[in-house]
Amino acid sequence: MRRFSRTATRSPSCRRYRAAEAVGCERHSDVRLLTSPFAPAEEIASFARAKPESGGVVSFIGQVREGDGVEALELQHYEPLTLPAMEKLAVSVHRRWDLDGVLIVHRSGVMVPGDPIVLVAAAARHRRDAFAAADFAMDHLKSESWFWKREKRGGEWHWIEPREQDFDDIARWG
Amino acid sequence: MSLNLVFLGRLEDVAGSGKLSVPVLPCIDAVIDSLDPSLGQALKAPRVKLAVNGILVQDTDAPVLKDGDEIAFLPPVSGG
Repeated sequence: MRRFSRTATRSPSCRRYRAAEAVGCERHSDVRLLTSPFAPAEEIASFARAKPESGGVVSFIGQVREGDGVEALELQHYEPLTLPAMEKLAVSVHRRWDLDGVLIVHRSGVMVPGDPIVLVAAAARHRRDAFAAADFAMDHLKSESWFWKREKRGGEWHWIEPREQDFDDIARWG
Repeated sequence: MSLNLVFLGRLEDVAGSGKLSVPVLPCIDAVIDSLDPSLGQALKAPRVKLAVNGILVQDTDAPVLKDGDEIAFLPPVSGG
């Protein structure tokens, strides 16, 4: 587990709300790539608790879908690219909206139906920014992040190709 | 004196392994040509991206390779 701590450019929201505190957005981003299971509810609770100034916390949990004979899902990542790109995404989300914090937790490795894959949460003074930021982060994670997926069906692994829908989703943000 | 090749996603199946160590050759094109032709063809597919030592490269002819370099072959991502 690694906390997001590299130097990042401060977003307008940080300058507006926290100039006096002289802290950067990097302190408000928590980006992790995990190879073992995690508990989304606990992550959301501690994220929200740490942001008492936020009027809204929006979260999204992606989990392994049951059905279609799927026995397992495996996500593969490439160490030098995957986490750095997730950290970069958190910075761009911070730059785009007035946020108090961003949380991105993503699994890699083998999972079974019902297991959480990804958790994205955004905290803001007002809900609109939080909704939009979480939506934006998910669309970008789905189509641009460095993960390769395969499903196990009938005892055999099958690689999953990119979905056209994911590219359409990301195009909404211009 | 060797290069470390990394195959992600379905390329791992084509290569038969996620990693392969090969002798140092001056450029990526030469490395690909030294491999099994069916693997070489899969690696040359237009949507396969390349990273040398964790940095994406555009041109397979450009980087001069040296001992210990890691070349990753990245097929289209299937997303998170």
